[in-house]
Amino acid sequence: MNQKNRLPTGGQIDRSQPVSFQFNGRTYGGYTGDTVASALLANDVKLVARSLKYHRPRGIMGSGAEEPSALLQVNRGARSIPNLRATQTEIYDGLKVSSVNCWPSVSLDALSLMNWLSPFLQAGFYYKTFMYPRKGWMFYEKVIRRAAGFGKVSSEPDPDRYDKINAWCDVLVVGGGPTGLAAALGAARAGARVMLADEGQQFGGGFLRTESEDNLQWVSDVLRELEEFSEVRLFKRTTVAGYYDGNFLVLNERLTDHLGNATTRNAREKIWRVRAKQVVLSTGAIERPLVFASNDLPGVMLSSAVSDYINRYAVKPGQNAVIFTNNDTAYRSALHMLDNGVGVGALVDARTEISDPLFDKLAHRGVKMMKGSVVVRAQGKKSVSAVEVMRLSADGKSLEGTPEKFDCDLLAVSGGWSPAVHLHAQSGAKPVFDDEKACFVPGPAFQNEISVGAASGNFSAEKAVSDGYQAGISAAHSAGCQVVDLPVIQEVSDAYTSEYAIRPLWQVPGSGSSDRLKRFVDFQNDTTVKDIKIAVQEGYQSIEHLKRYTLLGFGTDQGKLGNINGMAILSEELGQDLIQTGTTTFRPFYTPVTFGAIAGREIGPTFFDPVRKTAMHDWHVEHGAEFENVGQWKRPWYYPKSGETMDQAVNRECLAVRKQVGVIDASTLGKIEIYGPDAAEFLNYVYTNSWSNLPVGSCRYGLMLGEDGMIMDDGVTAKLGDNHFYMTTTTGGAAAVLSWMERWRQTEWPSMRVYFTSVTDQWAVISIAGPKAREILTKVAPTLDASNDQFPFMTFRDSVVASVEARIFRVSFSGELSYEINVPSDCGKDVWEKVFEAGMEFGITPYGTETMHVLRAEKGFIIVGQDTDGSMTPVDMGMSWIVSKNKDCLGKRSLSRSDCIREDRKQFVGLLTEDPNKVLPEGAQLVELPTDARPTPMIGHVTSSYFSASLGRSIALAVVKGGKSRMGARIHSILMTGESVPVSICNPIFYDREGERQNV
Amino acid sequence: MLLIRCPWCGLREQAEFSCGGEAHIVRPLKPDELTDEQWADYLFMRDNTKGWQTEQWVHSGGCRRWFNAQRDTVTYKFGISYKHTDPKPEDGD
Ligand SMILES: [Zn+2]
Repeated sequence: MNQKNRLPTGGQIDRSQPVSFQFNGRTYGGYTGDTVASALLANDVKLVARSLKYHRPRGIMGSGAEEPSALLQVNRGARSIPNLRATQTEIYDGLKVSSVNCWPSVSLDALSLMNWLSPFLQAGFYYKTFMYPRKGWMFYEKVIRRAAGFGKVSSEPDPDRYDKINAWCDVLVVGGGPTGLAAALGAARAGARVMLADEGQQFGGGFLRTESEDNLQWVSDVLRELEEFSEVRLFKRTTVAGYYDGNFLVLNERLTDHLGNATTRNAREKIWRVRAKQVVLSTGAIERPLVFASNDLPGVMLSSAVSDYINRYAVKPGQNAVIFTNNDTAYRSALHMLDNGVGVGALVDARTEISDPLFDKLAHRGVKMMKGSVVVRAQGKKSVSAVEVMRLSADGKSLEGTPEKFDCDLLAVSGGWSPAVHLHAQSGAKPVFDDEKACFVPGPAFQNEISVGAASGNFSAEKAVSDGYQAGISAAHSAGCQVVDLPVIQEVSDAYTSEYAIRPLWQVPGSGSSDRLKRFVDFQNDTTVKDIKIAVQEGYQSIEHLKRYTLLGFGTDQGKLGNINGMAILSEELGQDLIQTGTTTFRPFYTPVTFGAIAGREIGPTFFDPVRKTAMHDWHVEHGAEFENVGQWKRPWYYPKSGETMDQAVNRECLAVRKQVGVIDASTLGKIEIYGPDAAEFLNYVYTNSWSNLPVGSCRYGLMLGEDGMIMDDGVTAKLGDNHFYMTTTTGGAAAVLSWMERWRQTEWPSMRVYFTSVTDQWAVISIAGPKAREILTKVAPTLDASNDQFPFMTFRDSVVASVEARIFRVSFSGELSYEINVPSDCGKDVWEKVFEAGMEFGITPYGTETMHVLRAEKGFIIVGQDTDGSMTPVDMGMSWIVSKNKDCLGKRSLSRSDCIREDRKQFVGLLTEDPNKVLPEGAQLVELPTDARPTPMIGHVTSSYFSASLGRSIALAVVKGGKSRMGARIHSILMTGESVPVSICNPIFYDREGERQNV
Repeated sequence: MLLIRCPWCGLREQAEFSCGGEAHIVRPLKPDELTDEQWADYLFMRDNTKGWQTEQWVHSGGCRRWFNAQRDTVTYKFGISYKHTDPKPEDGD
């Protein structure tokens, strides 16, 4: 395990715990504390990925969340996760990772051909090239998607558990660098309940990349004190992924991934849903790359990342470096390199005036200091081998002199710093542009949050600590904590402190010889300067449009490195200020969150979308029912006997009900108890018909309208007592009807004394229908006089059925003699079985929803939501008879609106096909005549369609413009195949038009 | 996620509530005496305010009671919540 770039001493790694892991099938060594990135660099692995579009070789550019290219497929099989950043993935013994975007291997990439095809692949290429012919897109898309890569999602079930937890705190501190640690300490000392979250494996942030032992000591001192507070909670490996309204933040804690394959019973990840009274954002800043030719070569690395690898991980990312910067911070990295045996051939600084105290020191140590200069081009095949340097003109628009070449295997770049304003922006605030610091800084707060330290554009460590401490204290006080007169915080010192001075440099001008080379702005999406220029030429001006045209800022890194440079280049092209261009919207999440964490335990039929089963469900299963989903309910659809098709089963069930008797589980009907002296008056408002004179013991069918006059729900309601009604609703409409009634009662008629209770789940309903229904009822309810005189149609009786108190309603949805037996749900299955047993001698047949639909269609009974669609009035449906003329009700006034009385509205009719065996598809469009004229006027559509076994032919229900006055007319139904089927309009009641069968 | 104050239950999570649209729209007492235009005005026309607006809300995942609340349609901030029997407050109280 030769780690040739590992420094002999130092770093935050645990040298007592060597680790071996696999990358692209090869085994490498590292130490606990390493990330995949640091361990690969220790092993001198530079080429780790291929780029998205051109399949160019890519290396490790950053050391944290900003990494755009070094994305990994982590592990195999069910636990595999795609697109994890190598810079944040901790290694452990046995870890297997691979590059996500290359085939067949990272060093021999078959698709790098794309790089040669690249003149054809610039901005908007997909849109322009693959749009025509339209059908081709399907094919192109498949090929492009395979080539475009990114990781693969496992299709196996996830074996791990994920938790969610709700929590609150006085002060949530985001980011555990020096600023965040100081803020947490201030808040804790002030008496606050504090949560401090950091995405990394270790607190300390920027201090981990410094050479200072004092700084590390400071971190452990502060941590030790924080751990003593009982109300302080420290979260490592926890990303504050989203900041929402109401100071509600979502934290994603990764609990076990770094432990490796050790089996654990713990949750793998946890989502913390946190309400914070105050939020301190100490999220730090992200270093920007610089834009020059071939700036994507492996070996080009952010200068802060170079320091991270040297000081934190004890890894030399190269042997001979050149530094290219436009600000002071890279000077510190130069020192880190020199102190650890990395040669620095030149420090190329775009600035001409430099006051950094390190300038002379570096010069004395032999670094060639090149003011007012820029790297114009990186050279090398699979990694950087040399750079070309030229002088930058005073206005920064052109180059001067002749190129000077420096050999190097590492180019450390620093284009300045961008505060990580992501969460600030997500909270609803707008970042503003700071011209002096050339970056977006937080604007006025929108919620209870404050940004401090580098996140606020203050890049000095000393000030960050004292500012963080004060911010923590004042956040605690704003949250209501009382402790004052706090001790000062232990200070940190910085031997080389300097003001942050920057010369904005958004792109290095072209040099002629390097002009045809690519200059990358967004490394993950292969967006180049040229792409932005093309977009501008083609008229794109808005940053949001540019984003979508060039892909700038898309992907798993959401433009953490490239966005600001891209916005600035767009501004330059448009000749406007950056602030005019603005930023794209910062959306959650800060870094990707796994679906497992988002789903938590809300998975499967039990916890994601619960299944509702009736009391008799097990019986249906035992008797071979096929089920239909109706909302969350499982309803028996039909009960096939062995060898029967669905049509055969439904025909058999239909005939059984018409000729003998059938039984259906109607428990899913919505059921609402209505109590109170004003109950009847209330029903007068919500139903179209009158309820004032309904005698106790009787039932009535009712129709509910929205205030717009359109049919909303229907059902039978029984009057159980003077102030007591029992309402049934459609299966799907139960909840909506209850809240509809509650709303009107509470908001419009609060003085009405009437109350509603849902009892849908409390009652099981066994509905028997058919000529033999009375015989069965008499057998199971011996104390009941079920004769037609004593128990007529549309009445109800309390009685005992199979030894259980029951409410029996004599209503009918099939047109046959029918009883709906309501019993407490607990007894449902028992009573069902007894009813079934009693019915055996009469040939009782269980039937499902399909047969129920056929039977009611034969009778022309509507199903709300199938035959109506929210645009049908009772008049349209031929149900004017149910709208009382003598009272108001919800929706009634709308029925006389000019639009509702048009003669050519779609009206409910029956349809008969000329071929009696032809069953029309539901939803089929109706036209007068099949014609080639386009567009063909549509005059209606089929709402229900079945084969009726009782009639020996097909029947259909439909809505047709002016249909009621067109009985017998011949029109046509057009099928998806283009076939036209002639049909004739008829009365929608096909069977027992006089309704005598239900009255026997 | 916003916190919404139910007049009966106090501050609760937004997920427990449903919005019923603009408040203080009274159903006409005699709809059949209205012209189509007057009825349509009641039925369809809403102020669509930019800024403070009073809305009906229901604590559907809680006490199931309706109430009125002020909300700024630009910032989504909630003002006060009050019962139907209370008078309409000033904007942004
Ligand atoms: Zn409530």
